[in-house]
Amino acid sequence: MLEIDVKKKLRDFDLDVSLNVPEGEILMLVGENGCGKSTLLNMVAGLLSPDSGEITLAGEPLFDSSLRINLSPEMRNIGYVFQNYALFPHLSVYENVAFGLRTRRLSRQKIEVKVKEQLEAFDLWGMRDAKAVNISGGQKQRTALARALAIEPRLLLLDEPLSALDIRRQAEMRKELRILIRNFGVPSIVVTHDLRDVVSIGDMVGLMEAGKVIHSGPAEEVFNAKPLTGAVMPTRTRTTRLARPATPRSS
Amino acid sequence: MVSSQFERRFGWRRIKEEGISGVRRRALKVGLALLLVLAAAFIALPVASLFIKSASGMAFQSLRDPVVTDALTLSLFTATITVVIVIILGTPLSYLNARFDYPGKEIADSLIELPVIMPPMVGGIALLMAFGRMGVLGQHLHAGGVNIAFTTVAVVVAQVFVSMPFYLRQARISFEDVDLVFENAARTLGASRTRVFFTVTLPIATNGLISGAIMAFARALSEFGATIIFAGNFQGRTQTMPLAIYTAMQGDLKISLCLALILVAFSFAIIALVKILTRRMYKNDVRN
Repeated sequence: MLEIDVKKKLRDFDLDVSLNVPEGEILMLVGENGCGKSTLLNMVAGLLSPDSGEITLAGEPLFDSSLRINLSPEMRNIGYVFQNYALFPHLSVYENVAFGLRTRRLSRQKIEVKVKEQLEAFDLWGMRDAKAVNISGGQKQRTALARALAIEPRLLLLDEPLSALDIRRQAEMRKELRILIRNFGVPSIVVTHDLRDVVSIGDMVGLMEAGKVIHSGPAEEVFNAKPLTGAVMPTRTRTTRLARPATPRSS
Repeated sequence: MVSSQFERRFGWRRIKEEGISGVRRRALKVGLALLLVLAAAFIALPVASLFIKSASGMAFQSLRDPVVTDALTLSLFTATITVVIVIILGTPLSYLNARFDYPGKEIADSLIELPVIMPPMVGGIALLMAFGRMGVLGQHLHAGGVNIAFTTVAVVVAQVFVSMPFYLRQARISFEDVDLVFENAARTLGASRTRVFFTVTLPIATNGLISGAIMAFARALSEFGATIIFAGNFQGRTQTMPLAIYTAMQGDLKISLCLALILVAFSFAIIALVKILTRRMYKNDVRN
């Protein structure tokens, strides 16, 4: 179980979030750009520190302001798939997946077995020597997932994992992603803009606005959520430095 | 017929067809092309003249002259040591400046840039006032039996002083260009900050760093003003190639020409290397 209760003063608003994600469940975080979704993921991963509060994973505190506990990101063992994947551009697909295992000082044989297993599971073995910059969007996404799962994380964080894929690939990947994450059996948080992702992938949904969770509940109830009733589904308008041009979506 | 063709090409008909703005655009193009040719000739002519004059004066015979070999050896030796020092000191400093804010960062930035703006002669005097026998620090070193001024060490100190900013500037840009998300990804995968630096940040920034080191090497190789004042002009000890060119100019022009040609060759090689590396840098860019 992941328990989050954090506060942080941001430039435009105060982030104040309380959320629980049971073991093996997928929480979908939805909200418009700049509402604090990625900030929350970064706080859970240890890349940002909350001003106060607690983050507990399976009963172990990752962050606790009252006890002055703040585990560094490398100590948290969290699988994080970044928006646009953040694959290391100077490394091959193989080395990207092996990166996390090498930091754990496993034997060379163990690393080889584990990486091969991951690459085969994600249908990437054939392109293991390709540089991460030279592969397609779908392959990048699979490499990023393989890299995050290779370390056998206790928690999965996925920041808009489908946004860099074309629309057809997105539809295919929604189903695959759900099966994959469910099979892995750890609590997961998936940030998305797209309500189709929520119902196809998630068990629960948290709707965020200006740093607060304004609605939470089962994923399938998302369309009935008060803040969304009669509202237009959030559209993608942002392009980041690494992103392909955003594809506008409508409800 | 001829006149009608001429008229069609340059005359009223053309103006009628393309309008005044079309003719203006054409004139602007011709003007810019002329300017480009003039600028290229202005740089190419002196360099070409070096080769033309050297061929007739058999300058290459001076390649075995002790003045040339001593200067070449010393220049390559000191410039290499300089680059090693610049990389060792400059890399962590550039990373610090690229990634962190600290009190006095603006002042530190300005100080780093100062040797680029400052005339090298002034740099030489400043170094002499600091490390010379009577200098602020030099007098204490002298008391302890350490003399820097007018030694080969002084050549290296002068070269580090003038070439460090070139590396620092390029290295900082290269580190700033490494997207933080890669470092964050590496940390979530279990890498410590030090490991992230050596396995992610440094390799991604490598081409930029090498290009900065090459620029620093080039600057060290061409250093004259600070060296002649702080290190003197002693053959085999402090007389680097630029100093030897200056000295030989007063006696044997062939030696000057020979050294000049070697420096031109180095310059060409350096430009080519930097271009290749820059191209590779963009090719490896994550956005592609």
